[in-house]
Amino acid sequence: MIRPSAGTGTAARVAPADAGGTALVHVPAPLVRNPGEPLDLAAVRAIRVNRSAAERRAATLPARRTVKKQWQAAWLLKAVTLMDLTTLQGDDTPANVRRLCAKARQPVRPDLLEAMGASALPIRAGAVCVYHPFVAAAVDALRGSGIPVAAVSTAFPSGLAPMATRLAEVRASVADGAAEIDMVITRGLVLRGEWQALYDEVAAVRAMCGEAHLKVILGTGELATLTNIARASWVAMQAGADFIKTSTGKESVNATLPVSLAMVRMIRAYRERSGVLVGYKPAGGIRTAKQALDYLALMKEELGDRWLAPDLFRFGASALLTDVERQLEHFVTGRYAAAHRMPMP
Amino acid sequence: MTTVAEIFSTMAYGPAPEGDAEARAWLAAHGAAFGHFVNGRFTAAGAASFETREPATGRVLARIAQGSAADVAAAVAAAGAALPAWQALSGHERARHLYALARMVQRHSRLFAVVEALDNGKSIRETRDLDVPLVARHFTHHAGWAQLLEAEFPGHEAVGVVGQVIPWNFPLLMLAWKVAPALAAGCTVVLKPAEYTSLTALLFAELAHAAGLPAGVLNIVTGDGRTGAALVEHPGVAKVAFTGSTEVGRVIRTAIAGSGKALTLELGGKSPFLVFEDADLDGAVEGVVDAIWFNQGQVCCAGSRLLVQESVHDAFVAKLRARMETLRVGGPLDKAVDMGAIVDPVQRDRIAGLVAQGEAQGATRWQPSWAVPAQGCWYPPTLFTNVETSNVIAREEIFGPVLVTMPFRTPAESVALANNTPYGLAASVWSENINLALDIAPKLKAGVVWINATNLFDAAAGFGGYRESGYGREGGREGFVEYLVPSWEKRIGRAPRVVRPAARAARSAAARSAAAPAARIAPDAGHALPGPAVDRTAKLFVGGKQARPDAGYSRVILDPQGRAIGEVGEGNRKDLRNAVEAAQAAAPGWAATSGHARAQVLYYLAENLSARADEFAGRIRAQTGAAAEDAANEVDLAVRRLFTYAAWADKHDGAIHSVPIRGVALAFHEPVGVVAAVAPADCPLLGFVSFVAPLVAAGNAVVAVPSERHPLSATDFYQVLDTSDVPAGVVNIVTGARDPLAKVLAEHDDVEAIWYHGSHEGATAVERASAGNLKRTWARWWPVDWMHAEQGEGRAYLRQAVQVKNVWIPWGE
Repeated sequence: MIRPSAGTGTAARVAPADAGGTALVHVPAPLVRNPGEPLDLAAVRAIRVNRSAAERRAATLPARRTVKKQWQAAWLLKAVTLMDLTTLQGDDTPANVRRLCAKARQPVRPDLLEAMGASALPIRAGAVCVYHPFVAAAVDALRGSGIPVAAVSTAFPSGLAPMATRLAEVRASVADGAAEIDMVITRGLVLRGEWQALYDEVAAVRAMCGEAHLKVILGTGELATLTNIARASWVAMQAGADFIKTSTGKESVNATLPVSLAMVRMIRAYRERSGVLVGYKPAGGIRTAKQALDYLALMKEELGDRWLAPDLFRFGASALLTDVERQLEHFVTGRYAAAHRMPMP
Repeated sequence: MTTVAEIFSTMAYGPAPEGDAEARAWLAAHGAAFGHFVNGRFTAAGAASFETREPATGRVLARIAQGSAADVAAAVAAAGAALPAWQALSGHERARHLYALARMVQRHSRLFAVVEALDNGKSIRETRDLDVPLVARHFTHHAGWAQLLEAEFPGHEAVGVVGQVIPWNFPLLMLAWKVAPALAAGCTVVLKPAEYTSLTALLFAELAHAAGLPAGVLNIVTGDGRTGAALVEHPGVAKVAFTGSTEVGRVIRTAIAGSGKALTLELGGKSPFLVFEDADLDGAVEGVVDAIWFNQGQVCCAGSRLLVQESVHDAFVAKLRARMETLRVGGPLDKAVDMGAIVDPVQRDRIAGLVAQGEAQGATRWQPSWAVPAQGCWYPPTLFTNVETSNVIAREEIFGPVLVTMPFRTPAESVALANNTPYGLAASVWSENINLALDIAPKLKAGVVWINATNLFDAAAGFGGYRESGYGREGGREGFVEYLVPSWEKRIGRAPRVVRPAARAARSAAARSAAAPAARIAPDAGHALPGPAVDRTAKLFVGGKQARPDAGYSRVILDPQGRAIGEVGEGNRKDLRNAVEAAQAAAPGWAATSGHARAQVLYYLAENLSARADEFAGRIRAQTGAAAEDAANEVDLAVRRLFTYAAWADKHDGAIHSVPIRGVALAFHEPVGVVAAVAPADCPLLGFVSFVAPLVAAGNAVVAVPSERHPLSATDFYQVLDTSDVPAGVVNIVTGARDPLAKVLAEHDDVEAIWYHGSHEGATAVERASAGNLKRTWARWWPVDWMHAEQGEGRAYLRQAVQVKNVWIPWGE
């Protein structure tokens, strides 16, 4: 479980219970935080992903699994709780960050929840994700909600600042109350096969995070091959990543199902080897409710139901929520919905 | 009712049903009872009928007519009546019809998909996403072949009325595979669907007629195996195309032996799925899902034998078991299931029976923890480990969701295990090493090999088997040509009763040889050999050596005047056994020899034959009494023919098929292997060369039986072979009585094809005997002008000398 809010320091290895849960809400078993392990270069180099095979699986999976009616509504509500509502624009100000935080507290119109009999469910966003300068404002806006603030620190989105600068940014974000750090890796290390350097980079950030959980952004759109993506995933997990994440949202290609398949299979392999559960966050390009359902099915099929909880799965998205809300309204009313009827994030 | 809040907690899947109202309305419109579709309309649904059921529920869907011999006759008559006009259409006009059929399938795609799912029990996901789109694809593709027919296949025409019998596992798709090329070629069709799954064929015929297909061009006669038997045996049928079990394939081969009907068979399989240690194991696990749990494993090319390198065997099996736990079995109209129902309780019981036998023979069964639905006809995905090669489940086609697993140690052992089966339909190879994957693919005895993929199909790539998985291809150029016949054969009337003088002579010779032992001792009078020459005894030629006949008998060879001109060994079954063993030993090396090197050998043969032209001409004259000019001409043509195949040896290329993947399907022209060549009676040298040269050029090893009456040209020829660098065992010559020798070869399980030219009786016996291992036959009894290039050489011969292996190679990193 990712910490519900900044500053409530708990033991690193045992998570607190899901705050605000009802009898109906599945409370996941407490999560042991990934302690990391020594880099196993032989294991890294043995990793191979066949792109055509991965694409076939990714193409047929959405055709094999679909949910309808109240199942769809429930799955979409779950998706809402897994969203890292994100704003990462150059023109962000405290005002639009506060608006996003308000939406995170109440992501679905209460009348819709009531109509679905879901008013008692803890429907709130998984986190709010901002640049470092807005961490404090977001923490302030979310105080008492149990919603963590994630900061994209480490010279997002390129990551190409001096290590000392990146670590200083992490330290500052944690100090401002960020409960989660979304770091970006140096993509060139992957392209050059410098696995030890990549391991060291991630491990250094992880050490600087302290209690804050670390999501490692691989920048998959710039890693060239699924095999590179899988190897980078593995190295990041060995270096102590709590989550592995696809993209900054700034690359030309962001989260895709084949990329996700390559990454979640590494999460599975890491679990089989070390017993540790690492989270997954696809980010960028997920804009529709249908896509969100496909990702949930992917997690359920490849990793199991345990990964359908916010401590192990997040969507990095900004436009997704509105489409999900529209689909929920359609479920409630039977009429196709309009975006302007939903409070904008 | 399950509430949103509950589901929010469980995150379970719910029902996702596809509607069936339209499909049921179609059934109701026909009163849930169907006649046959003959000559553009349904016949009355008569008393002779049976029920077709919904496997998922056991409920009756409709009554289907049981076709009688009279029904079949009426349908064949309708097809025959429609044939001239259909064949007379231009390729372009037929292309318009096929295009219209493709569009028709697309317009009614969901109706087809739902009817198929109801009738067969397979999931709507598969019928919707795979079967029906491929059906449309086949008609579009073959609209193209119709359009290109005149330009691409000059000198060829439609074979005629075609009788087609298809199975229940892909009812509509198999219809498309059969009907599309037939109609494109200009054939008319009588098709019998499987009795479990007749509905989509009837729906297709009805909608095809509505789309403007002329009456009688496509006729559907429903019924069980008796109806199918009546169809394939009907004398009005010029070609039989069958997809189904190897057992029934044998019955058909036997039943129509000597009928002059062309035959293609797409039969069973026990296809291997090879996983090497450097494979993407997670990707390969999904490959297994597509291989054996696609269509509930009721797939002729199902990857049912999983061969895994020992170093990753346990890890792979663990991954596979985990994956099996997440498979979902359920109603075929549920859009979120992986597996639907088994087609019929009979089939389910057969699966269960084989599983029980497999366990009794020591294999370890594993099934996922979840249960299949209580009602309906289901079988869970099943994995066997600890399976030895002798176990019945490792050998027999189960045709269900049952996978057997065996470890292997080396690439060589993987090939040995993969080929350790009488079947040879498909194979799947998983490795990230291109060198390894492309080394293994050609070594597998399979008509289709998928690299890092499985069960990919497309109309542009041929599909069909090696060995007892049948012969002929469906899809691609290689499939389309199966519905064509050379026009010259049509002109002379390719039929059992056409007997010309030359053939009649051959027949009577055959009758003589069968009736009485050959002359062992030369008649006293009229000895044609001049004076006391050094004795020159023709022996058999086996494994590159002259061999005395096992029996220790010789037969006297007479000239046209009845004078003895020599003796040859009286070959018997043991000599053939030895010859086949020698050929088997030589075949792999010769197949691996480059086309260039094979060409060198053939040129060398021509060179050495040419140097002895006068001697060979003299021998021809002595045997046949031919005029000097004709004999010289025959030798010259034999030299030219050797040149022709030397030329072809490095040019009979395969193809790169344009299939809809990022990658290619490579259509290799592989040698068949060991081929028996029972050479024509006339043209003692040219006939022999006409059979042996194309086979050798294509990389086969040959056991040749020369002309029974005039064998001395062939026995002289082994000296030419000896001096021309032909590797030992590539050409073996056994002289003697043609038809008895041909029968032994046709029965031999290690002979992979047989070419025969001779009597109708002999050809019939060859075709009948070939049913044993379902070897390919090319048995002709109608006269062939060996002097004529159109009839005596060329692509038709090369096509018979190779089998097409399609290797699908997706790429992308």
